[in-house]
Amino acid sequence: MANKDEVSKQFLDALEFRGIKRRDFLKYCGATAILLGFSESFAPKIAAAIENATKRQPVVWLNFASDSGCTEAFIKATYPSPAQVILDILSVDYNETIMAAAGKQAEEILVKSRQEGGYILIVEGGIPTKKGHGMIGNKEMLEVFKENAGPAIAILAIGSCATTGGVPAAKPNPSQIIGTAEALKRLGISKPLVNLDLCPVNPEYLVGVVVNFLLLGKIPDLDHFGRPKMFYGQTIHDNCERRAHFDAGRFVEVFGSKEESLNYCLYKMGCKGPMTWSACPKIQYNDRTSWCVKAGGPCIGCAEPGWTDKFAGFYERLPGVKIPGMDGVEAGADKIGAIAAAATAAGIALHAVATGVSGRIKDKDGGEK
Amino acid sequence: MARITIDPFTRIEGHLRIDVEIEDGKVKDAWTTGTLFRGFEIILKGRDPRDACHITQRICGVCPTSHGHASSMSMDDAFKIKVPANGRIIRNIIEGAQFVHSHILWFYHLNALDYVDVVSALSAQPAEASLKKVQAKLKSFVDSGQLGPFANAYWGHPAYKLPPEVNLIAVAHYLEALEMQAKAAQVSALFGGRMPMTMTSPPGGVTHVPTVDDLKNYLFRVKELQDWIDNVFIADLMAIAPFYLDAAGVGKGPANFLSWGVFEDASFDPKKRLLPRGAIFAADFPTVHEARAVDVLEYTGHSWYKDSKPLNPAVGVTDPEYTEYDPDKKYTWAKAPRLQGKPMEVGALARMVVAYASGQPTAKKLIDDTLAKIGHPGQPQVLFGIIGRIAARALECKMVADSMYQWGMDLIENIKKGNTAVYADYQIPDKAQGIGLWEAPRGALGHWIDVEDKKIKNYQCVVPTTWNVCPRDDNGVRGPIEEALIGTEVADAEKPLEVMRVVHSFDPCLACTVHVIHPESNRIMDFKVS
Repeated sequence: MANKDEVSKQFLDALEFRGIKRRDFLKYCGATAILLGFSESFAPKIAAAIENATKRQPVVWLNFASDSGCTEAFIKATYPSPAQVILDILSVDYNETIMAAAGKQAEEILVKSRQEGGYILIVEGGIPTKKGHGMIGNKEMLEVFKENAGPAIAILAIGSCATTGGVPAAKPNPSQIIGTAEALKRLGISKPLVNLDLCPVNPEYLVGVVVNFLLLGKIPDLDHFGRPKMFYGQTIHDNCERRAHFDAGRFVEVFGSKEESLNYCLYKMGCKGPMTWSACPKIQYNDRTSWCVKAGGPCIGCAEPGWTDKFAGFYERLPGVKIPGMDGVEAGADKIGAIAAAATAAGIALHAVATGVSGRIKDKDGGEK
Repeated sequence: MARITIDPFTRIEGHLRIDVEIEDGKVKDAWTTGTLFRGFEIILKGRDPRDACHITQRICGVCPTSHGHASSMSMDDAFKIKVPANGRIIRNIIEGAQFVHSHILWFYHLNALDYVDVVSALSAQPAEASLKKVQAKLKSFVDSGQLGPFANAYWGHPAYKLPPEVNLIAVAHYLEALEMQAKAAQVSALFGGRMPMTMTSPPGGVTHVPTVDDLKNYLFRVKELQDWIDNVFIADLMAIAPFYLDAAGVGKGPANFLSWGVFEDASFDPKKRLLPRGAIFAADFPTVHEARAVDVLEYTGHSWYKDSKPLNPAVGVTDPEYTEYDPDKKYTWAKAPRLQGKPMEVGALARMVVAYASGQPTAKKLIDDTLAKIGHPGQPQVLFGIIGRIAARALECKMVADSMYQWGMDLIENIKKGNTAVYADYQIPDKAQGIGLWEAPRGALGHWIDVEDKKIKNYQCVVPTTWNVCPRDDNGVRGPIEEALIGTEVADAEKPLEVMRVVHSFDPCLACTVHVIHPESNRIMDFKVS
């Protein structure tokens, strides 16, 4: 067996001829370390774990009632790039959107994967339970899920369709679509499951969980919706780059206005940031190019189970926020503006109160774990 | 007599099944089946109409922006909103970046592996150091025994025609294109917040006033995309094309083309869009006909919906009723849309043919130059088929990227003059009806909205792949992909690469299965390994 230095050199050479420099690789490892909640000094350990892996972790990726938006999101990852993930970190043995093989030959791969086991199953899309509404190869999707969930070592449900059915499961849920957790429950299968809500999944969350798994051999700490606390531990409002304007009572009233160009708060335009738990403002999207609120788009709350119905009326204000100093009287943002400007202290108190009242919403349709 | 099952049909989006009968080595008949029903039109009923521009983006994760735009345009129309110039331009920019992203992804990652033999690249003898490195990488990847997405494919099939060196270049560019499609999506995100699922194009225009930093950032990124498209993408097309010119006539289809038009002009006249609106029928090519929403009818005689007479989407009904698969009766979730009673091919080829016949100067020059290079000057009909669809996507990608740079300059010019409006405010009326006719990368896209009591009373979408992948209509006339498959030669029924080429050429937005039925027994043979 090649010694470590040699393996490492080969690995870095391999990166280099795809134009990836060692410093970029370490930058990726640093970014991953921060994502995972470690200090950046952990980066060399992540690098070593990836460099020294003798076998890439097999992955089986199944698409059910989805729009492939999460596959699309995945191939927008930057550190590591999709090419790195596919060639160096994971062995994506089955993914109908990217795999070269088709038909019989594709099916052979899946059969082999099941026989060998040990794969991470990535689920994209919810599972229709109404007869004939979702078929693959003349089989009901629930049956396809059952076959392939069994041999998996862990399951990652990516995107809100996979976690709880997502948009197509919104009322009246015409195809009776269920999420992965519910499917496992109905089938009586017990497996470690990580829910990565968001529509579509943030690829950095997906990669972060996978690296966490490879590094520590376990899935990360989860909240009561089965979401990793490291990505879903704070609200968007908590970390929003426009937060100071909320606290100061400065709001956008019309899209494209002067207030918008000054990046005022989008709460009055319907932003669901105060009730939505996700690290979007920190991690952002598309190589940290932007994220919804930065680009002037009010958050629609897509990190929350059942968001399509829960937050229906995306451009309507969230129901009243309790205002400090008004003894529990609900007030609209107009009043917030009037009083918050008066005292700096009010802004600080408001932060605390707003965080307090924006606690988790229980999903009565079974999102609770 | 051979019969096979390709199941699943990979490298497309969504879930589709195609049944094909083969006789004497050729496809004799074909049936296309959408196997997933999600019911967006039902979900939309009763909601705040503005929510539709987000919900409908979830119809397709590859072209969400097109749905968002068609939805907002249906409301611009219904609510009588005049979108300001910069709002129009920024929507074009977000849409344009999605087109560029989608065409790169399709060419290299969805379609190329039908023409590029990855294993053959191992035997290339490259002179360039960079290619040697890629080859070494490929070799070590193959030697690892974990072939991931490249495992168990049709490598070595006689229909692969490229020499090893060209295969190797294509493999190198496959990897490079993975980065470039992500970069194109970053341009959508720059103005749209994120991609997939952009956030900033509600009815009225766009939400965000671009900053100087956004604009500088934008121009730099577009320039990088343009350079890559010219020097890699188009160069690859021209390097690969000569080896496959004999396939030019394969997969022709009905040769009726529909484009609703895309990339709004300052005049808001759909016939002046960068890719203009129009319809072309095989019977009187190259006459460009008016393409009108009132001429659309959707048939459900072969689809899993309760029977009704053919309806225009403005009064369309979505009432699902699954019955077993029966190719003689009902066999798909797709309805069968027809324009003036005819099945219509939609997509880049349709847009470029309509643009060419309409005299759009950029499209005309790009197509004429390409026809001259492949030895068919002045004969656009040679493009009707799988090779023409590939060429049309590459040329359109260039055309859109070049225009994007100009749109950035137009935007800067407007802002310089003090014109910063990007959005027009409006009230939702109690009752209103509107239509948004636009194009996704995959073809003609229409959203029809009917608002009552400020809520959605009815919503219908006719999406690109429905035009292409639809079943027979009530008169028994096949849909475009069904028709295009007829006569396709299949060298090895175990490895029906040629069938995949025809289906992939339409860039279908479905994950599909292709079944080949024995004409005598009509029994589907199951090749699955138990």
